[in-house]
Amino acid sequence: MTAATIFSRSTRSRVPGFGLSLGFTLFYLTGIVLVPLLALVLRPFSLHLDDFWIAISAPRVLAALRLSFGTALAAAVIDTLFGFIVAWVLVRYRFPGKRLMDALIDLPFALPTAVAGIALSTLYAPTGWVGSVLAQHGIKVAYTPWGVLVAMIFIGLPFTVRTLQPVLQDMGRDLEEAAATLGATRPQAILRVVVPMMLPALLTGAALAFARGVGEYGSIIFIAGNLPMKSEIAPLLIVTKLEQFDYAGAASIGVVMLAASFVLLLALNGLQVWAGKRR
Amino acid sequence: MSLIIDSLSKRFGNFAALNGASLTAPQGAFVALLGPSGSGKTTLLRILGGLEGADHGTVRFADMNWLDMPARERKAGFVFQHYALFRHMNVARNIAFGLEVRPRAQRPAKADIKRRVHELLAMMQLDGLGDRYPSQLSGGQRQRVALARALAIEPRMLLLDEPFGALDAKVRKELRIWLRHIHDKAGVTTVFVTHDQEEAFAVADLVAVMNQGRIEQMGTPQDVRRDPRTKFVSEFLAV
Amino acid sequence: MKKNRAATDDPPLLRILLCGIAFVFIGLFLVLPLLVVFSEALAAGLGPVWAAVTDSDTLAAIRLSLLAAAIAVPLNTVFGIAASWAIVKFDFPGKAFLVTLIDLPFSVSPVVAGLIYVLVFGRQGWFGSWLTDHDIHILFALPGIVLATIFVTFPFVARELIPLMSDQGREEEEAALSLGASGFATFWRVTLPNIKWGLLYGILLCNARALGEFGAVSVVSGHIRGQTNTMPLHVELLYNNYDYVGAFSVAALLALLALLTLALKSFLEWRYADELAAVHRH
Repeated sequence: MTAATIFSRSTRSRVPGFGLSLGFTLFYLTGIVLVPLLALVLRPFSLHLDDFWIAISAPRVLAALRLSFGTALAAAVIDTLFGFIVAWVLVRYRFPGKRLMDALIDLPFALPTAVAGIALSTLYAPTGWVGSVLAQHGIKVAYTPWGVLVAMIFIGLPFTVRTLQPVLQDMGRDLEEAAATLGATRPQAILRVVVPMMLPALLTGAALAFARGVGEYGSIIFIAGNLPMKSEIAPLLIVTKLEQFDYAGAASIGVVMLAASFVLLLALNGLQVWAGKRR
Repeated sequence: MSLIIDSLSKRFGNFAALNGASLTAPQGAFVALLGPSGSGKTTLLRILGGLEGADHGTVRFADMNWLDMPARERKAGFVFQHYALFRHMNVARNIAFGLEVRPRAQRPAKADIKRRVHELLAMMQLDGLGDRYPSQLSGGQRQRVALARALAIEPRMLLLDEPFGALDAKVRKELRIWLRHIHDKAGVTTVFVTHDQEEAFAVADLVAVMNQGRIEQMGTPQDVRRDPRTKFVSEFLAV
Repeated sequence: MKKNRAATDDPPLLRILLCGIAFVFIGLFLVLPLLVVFSEALAAGLGPVWAAVTDSDTLAAIRLSLLAAAIAVPLNTVFGIAASWAIVKFDFPGKAFLVTLIDLPFSVSPVVAGLIYVLVFGRQGWFGSWLTDHDIHILFALPGIVLATIFVTFPFVARELIPLMSDQGREEEEAALSLGASGFATFWRVTLPNIKWGLLYGILLCNARALGEFGAVSVVSGHIRGQTNTMPLHVELLYNNYDYVGAFSVAALLALLALLTLALKSFLEWRYADELAAVHRH
């Protein structure tokens, strides 16, 4: 082999199609995602920035943002806790129906959100199977902010389970066994070894569930009741403003939500780097 | 005060991992469990460590019914094949773990734990590495951290599962000489699992050759080598 | 026989407790909603279900959903193959950033996804007046629905293929090329057979989301009954008109589709575990 071919091999891939594949990728990405997103990002600047602040600080907008972000956070915490239990059960135990349970976890991914919305709404309404039981104890879920929470828990669950499951699987039992031989009780092994080892995955799952909950629309609007200032989520307010042709108002809320998406995406990338360093 | 293992049996489903394994070793002995994979040596070690329960049989050690105690009360320092270091803790915290998880009444003071960690780091020639994380260490260093962590609890018994399996030949030889040295200094009864007969004969006082869940022959390296008592042992040693 | 248990096995009571919690949680949040869909649809027997599903507006919605998916899914598949080819087979600056950008649509709210197209193509949007002048309809018409569908399903194929192809490396392609195969033949005969199950997996998820998307499509569709209503939008319309049996009948159709997707997905994960990306091997 001549020096020239060795040189070209070591510096460049010999596989063809670089220009075509990257060119198409960038073209498609720019046209479908980046340019339209830019239209949103630039919108507040094409108006007076003051108008942006006025739109954002309106009490109804603030209430919607608070509901979306606050409830998504609560749902993410609940999903992380129960997602950990479900992942633990699926990885560690053998029981009848395990394969079915495993497959069902992805239901919120596969079920159209509108279907989930009307189903949850019917189920948790005061006349529904679950709602009627809760109503006897004076608890109202559907058409209240609690309904928003229920829908967000539904939509976020697969994110936490599917993030935790492979990590728990890979971790094996060595570390817990080591902890046991060193004198740790089971709770100590879980709290000092398992949970810290899973921390990047726990945070990643929670962040994914949170991101999904903040942006979720279809499964929530049917169960929430959508009372302004009380149970109206931010995405619904965007839709409402669009229907009133208040583009600036819709775009202002959209920009805030997009900024939150960016921050979450950066946080998730950071988590991935952190988890990678531990290996 | 010796280690007496009497007819241990353990099944995993249909597979009999241990099938009436018995052996006796004096206090402070350095015992090698030697055998092909699937012969039950790791299962025996894991039962001694309390990681696995036995179906039948007894183990007496230091006049205790060893199998009646849960793993965490046995104080059996266990060194895992792949070390099982806690990746989210630095070296010092790894070594201190066994002391820090003790109930408050038995837990040494913080300063004492720190001193003990320092001693062990020095003993293992790991000075200055206390702040490193396991991912920043070489294989040989990780091995020594695992050993230090096991020794920190002042173990009654030291159990090592293929302790040098993942290391290259040169580091292996250094470490096993050194392991022997540590054993002689600490005087702890040590059982280690290996499939490498050269290694077993080089460091152990007693070699137990295992096959199909039983101890085929047990004796000093010289005796076993000079006088293999079964066909399996002579064939296994001839390889 | 407490002795018999391994040190890291949970005690039986704890097992039962944790299994119980998992069953109740999944029952309340996943199983019951699914059952409600079918129970409500069948509340008045099979007749009304059949009538609702074969209603001309429903059929129009089914056609529109299938059409939008039939355009969006192949486009995203081609994109996914091109993007993973560029990212895995070559080294170039900004690669990690590109991967992040490809994932971006997943973290954007569907409503925001619809909103951005309104800001581009809407009457007050960038191209709004130009489009009106030339009588081109993007919003409240098929192109808008397709664009919104493409956006929300954008990363599905790519994010399945990138880790899968990274696992496989470049050597097989380089070997084929060194044996004289053309670039296209190399892709067709070496790469594609290696990634086909992963590709199918990505397409399956992409298709499920495309048929089920609600928020993004809702913003751009205009909700014209029989014309720009997709299946999920038609569910909403029927539900808001208090036609519960109708709404749940169409919903049941979508739920069956979701169950079929889950079954195929589980089958692929079980049967072709080795041929799928590492993230699914559990």
